[in-house]
Amino acid sequence: MQRNKRVLTGTHFEMGNWACTEGAIAAGCNFAAGYPITPASEVANLLAARLPEVGGTFLQTEDEISAICSAIGASWAGCKAMTVTSGPGISLMQENIGFAVATETPLVIVDVQRFGPSTGVPSVGLAGDIVQVARGSHGDYQIIALCPENPQEMFDLTIRAFNLAEAYRVPVFVMADGFMGHMREQIVVPEEDRIELKNRKVAEPAETVLDRQDFLDVNVAPMPVFGRGIKAHVTSSCHDEHGMRNLSDPEVMHRYAMHPIEKILSHRDDIVRVQDACEDATIALVSCGTVSRCARAAARLGREEGLNLGTLRLLTCWPFPDQEVRVVADRVDHMLVLENNTGQLYPYIKAEAAHACRVSFLGPQTLGQIHDPRYILSHIKEIIQ
Amino acid sequence: MAQTDLTIAGVGGQGSILAGVILGSAAVTFDNKFATQTQAYSSELRGGFAAAWVIISDDPIEFPRVTAPDILVAQAQDSINRFGDVLKPDGILIIDSDMVHEIPPNLKHLYKIPATTIARNELKIPVAANMIILGALCKVTNIVSRQALEKAIARSVPNGKEQINLEAFNLGIERVKPV
Repeated sequence: MQRNKRVLTGTHFEMGNWACTEGAIAAGCNFAAGYPITPASEVANLLAARLPEVGGTFLQTEDEISAICSAIGASWAGCKAMTVTSGPGISLMQENIGFAVATETPLVIVDVQRFGPSTGVPSVGLAGDIVQVARGSHGDYQIIALCPENPQEMFDLTIRAFNLAEAYRVPVFVMADGFMGHMREQIVVPEEDRIELKNRKVAEPAETVLDRQDFLDVNVAPMPVFGRGIKAHVTSSCHDEHGMRNLSDPEVMHRYAMHPIEKILSHRDDIVRVQDACEDATIALVSCGTVSRCARAAARLGREEGLNLGTLRLLTCWPFPDQEVRVVADRVDHMLVLENNTGQLYPYIKAEAAHACRVSFLGPQTLGQIHDPRYILSHIKEIIQ
Repeated sequence: MAQTDLTIAGVGGQGSILAGVILGSAAVTFDNKFATQTQAYSSELRGGFAAAWVIISDDPIEFPRVTAPDILVAQAQDSINRFGDVLKPDGILIIDSDMVHEIPPNLKHLYKIPATTIARNELKIPVAANMIILGALCKVTNIVSRQALEKAIARSVPNGKEQINLEAFNLGIERVKPV
């Protein structure tokens, strides 16, 4: 294999974790920090080998808290930065995920999810972190989280995660799982010039911070990157548009929380992606991540037997695709939500869909083992009787 | 949609998972097919359970798990105990006859090869047993072409070990026998 190249153009048969690593490098990632954890360790191992080849830095830290803090710091120094872990690591990172949100820090966090709670089962995938990545840190905020379904998308969506992080100055999650992280499939890496990359707007020098807007712009403020000769103030505490701490003015408090939320929600059409394959269906199988492959297989089997099944796949799970779910809910009679957990997105889907159609949930027959398509189909036959 | 689901199982150290990786790699890289390869293994370095699952298809693969394989390759008795009962009724079982002594009844398609003794006594490299197994698999099923497997083996093994591994692969093709 060709080394020392940023983009390894060609067809590969590699693990999802390899694809994620190469997606990051292709996206221009030049700093990563992490602490080893199954089933995410290969990403850290490979980044440690690959980043120095492209002029980047990998830092193995003493724990996950330090890993995300290092990545945040590197981002403020102008790097395209990431960290990678699994659920237990995300739990440790939660405080600083909030810090990244509050300081509007571009950052990619890859979560190769595993079976929990707690240390659980290291090598078995479970979509157990879907809500914790959106709601796990304290306070009120919005997050962007993308859901690949195979190794190819661990490449594609890692690039997209960097682009969204740069475009909106926010932390972005890639929600993989142990099953696809350790799965080998064909991964097509395109030519370098076919990969579209986005870079953050960087603030221009000014007399004082009061002459610039460094924060709280719904349309994304240029980032006052350190080390380029301009002075800036960065705090996770409530601050105004110039970064100046303000704990007394209720209007500033309102903008401090609301503008980063509106920044994501007002651009949701650019961020949210779904695959709507239920044009004429009466039953929609709604899913994200690995389970989407089970849903598609079940829909195909069902259609072969004359059942009118379709699929709605959420490639973005946060911000929640509320409008897209409502559009499908208005068309179908029934939404069957499939998740490899006990129903984390289900309440959100139900809230958008239940006024228009019946909504129900089906977990896998054995938690952690994803749904056998025939099991989905036999369940559907029961509910339509 | 032509799709074949395989399980290659053994105990840690026999190279079952590497055999699965090479099979998938050969299918994708040199035969222009689609393949999905997954695995599971216990935490022991040697002697614990290990299995690779490979799906090979002419079309993109939807459901990525192997639940009822068309082909089971058993490199150990433990593999039969774990996966013998999920092999499809008309499926193919290939055993390392040095390691597997009790086989499920009523199998229509059973093949054997003494991969461990060939590797140990003839090639003097016990770790090449998995390449012999790949040869047997290639001869019996032809799901991946011989040329593709030879290329995939050559680039997957350590430098300087290509010839001995290809020899092992060829011995697998020559010596596998129906039971």
